[in-house]
Amino acid sequence: MSAEFPTVTQHTSEVEVGQSLWQDAWHRLRQNKMAVAGAIFVLLLALASFLAPLIAPHSYEQTNLAIGATPPSLAHWFGTDVLGRDLFSRTLYGGRISLSVGLVATAVSVIIGVLYGSISGYVGGRLDVVMMRIVDILYSLPFVIFVILLMVIFGRNIYLLFGAIGAVEWLDMARIVRGQVMSLKKQEYVEAAVALGLRKRRIILRHMIPNVLGIVIIYSTLIVPSVMLLEAFLSFLGFGVQPPMSSWGTLINDGAKSMESYPWLLIFPSLFFALTLFSLNFLGDGLRYALDVRTSKD
Amino acid sequence: MLRFIIKRVFEAIPVLLIVATVSFFLMKMMPGGPFDTEKVTTPEIKKAIEAQYGLDKPVWQQYLDYMGHLVRGDLGPSYRYAGWTVNELIASTFPVSLELGCYALAFALAIGMVAGIIASLRKNTASDYVPMSLATLGICLPTFVTGPLLILFFGICLNWYNTSGWNLPSDRVLPSITLGLYYTAYISRLTRGGMLEILNQDFIRTARAKGATEWRIVWKHALRGGLLSVVSFLGPAVAGIITGSLVVESIFQIPGLSRFFIMAGFNRDYTMVMGTVLFFATLTIFANLVVDILQVWLNPKLRFE
Repeated sequence: MSAEFPTVTQHTSEVEVGQSLWQDAWHRLRQNKMAVAGAIFVLLLALASFLAPLIAPHSYEQTNLAIGATPPSLAHWFGTDVLGRDLFSRTLYGGRISLSVGLVATAVSVIIGVLYGSISGYVGGRLDVVMMRIVDILYSLPFVIFVILLMVIFGRNIYLLFGAIGAVEWLDMARIVRGQVMSLKKQEYVEAAVALGLRKRRIILRHMIPNVLGIVIIYSTLIVPSVMLLEAFLSFLGFGVQPPMSSWGTLINDGAKSMESYPWLLIFPSLFFALTLFSLNFLGDGLRYALDVRTSKD
Repeated sequence: MLRFIIKRVFEAIPVLLIVATVSFFLMKMMPGGPFDTEKVTTPEIKKAIEAQYGLDKPVWQQYLDYMGHLVRGDLGPSYRYAGWTVNELIASTFPVSLELGCYALAFALAIGMVAGIIASLRKNTASDYVPMSLATLGICLPTFVTGPLLILFFGICLNWYNTSGWNLPSDRVLPSITLGLYYTAYISRLTRGGMLEILNQDFIRTARAKGATEWRIVWKHALRGGLLSVVSFLGPAVAGIITGSLVVESIFQIPGLSRFFIMAGFNRDYTMVMGTVLFFATLTIFANLVVDILQVWLNPKLRFE
């Protein structure tokens, strides 16, 4: 599979300056209103979440049983939960956990996927067949079940959560990188590297991986939402982030339990979570479209 | 064809053995045994319990015992539900999960395919844009957001359905929709894409030129090719529905296998967790096999490969 980047029209006149691939992509991305809106929303949200200690009007774990659950008001914008904790602050802090899991677990999955894919693609032959068959098999297994198994056995700590989620989401990345590497390895500079007697390891690390990074970055933007989804999923079931820390998954779970009496506890975290997923998806699709990378699926 | 099926079945066996082995040793790596939390046990009683479950033997022997039983389809006794075997627990709870999964899949296929076909026939009109925008929404929203919101709206505000349980026929509606929503959205997109590709081909133009009705063109000519991608999506969909039912069953408090699996996870009922993992793995591998056979049947080109 070769990435078909849009070829910029060759200008014969020497005065005109051609656009680079990235400028072209940037231009196209800016035209995509949904992607831009998504990017702005995600940036603002990330800022607000990571500056939560400065912004949040209340503490996220300070309970106030005297007031209990109150509907949204001026003092508590999103209301308070059953223990009197300020939901706005908790949503910000929850966003911090959700976004960090999103970033770290994505990084883990990208590292696994890129290494696996590039080794499989570069070495080729029987190793490639075996490695890709393993990916096929893993694809067909209900992987979340294994993550739950891991969380049951090793206890529910957040670092394991990063690793376990990362270990689940690398399959697509491995396939994409493999495809790219397979087309790259036929290029002259690789032949030159082979002729110079470089070892495979060096060729993969120094020549293959840097050349697939562009595509890897674009695909990573699509992994982030699915990783966040998985974290929220596990936290919702009680296998993820543990109290008093909160992620959006645990907030939605708490909200779902008391939605009959206090619907705002469900609505605000769900809204934030859904908006973030939307934005990330639109941004990812926009980026992919801007660079016109062919997808392996649909 | 028969050779293909046999080959795939034989490929599945080592996979399951590896899954079983890995989960077995993961369980053994766990510090502390499953009966440590019971407070009143004296060392003698604990020993007796462990002996009863064969936990006093060396690990390799336990492994061989487990695998020996597994080969005969016996998943062992449950550590938490005294007197129950894992097989019995699965047999009594899985039908509920299966029913839920079938409704969800049927809902997804019916609505998704119809929406996709209509969208492809009326490309770039409102009947294309509206369902496809809704599909984007459906793909982004996870079950644990849609489920509670559906309960809030239909269960609490409108009071049409019960908010939880699995007794009345009407109790099936909300969980099935919640579980099926994502697949409805995905299938409608796949159908639209597949149909658009087929509808542009020459043999469709020939059919049009012959004056075939739109209905006949879709039903007789386009559908078979247009649905190929939907069929290949069914394999992952089955795995996804199993995963999804974990959430849906706990939101709606449905007494299915997924809910038992979660509880077993919290209770450290190891044999139950392992048994369920293996059962789900077998189920998805089997579903993928069926999907592959269907694909070969739908697409004659694959038969020669």
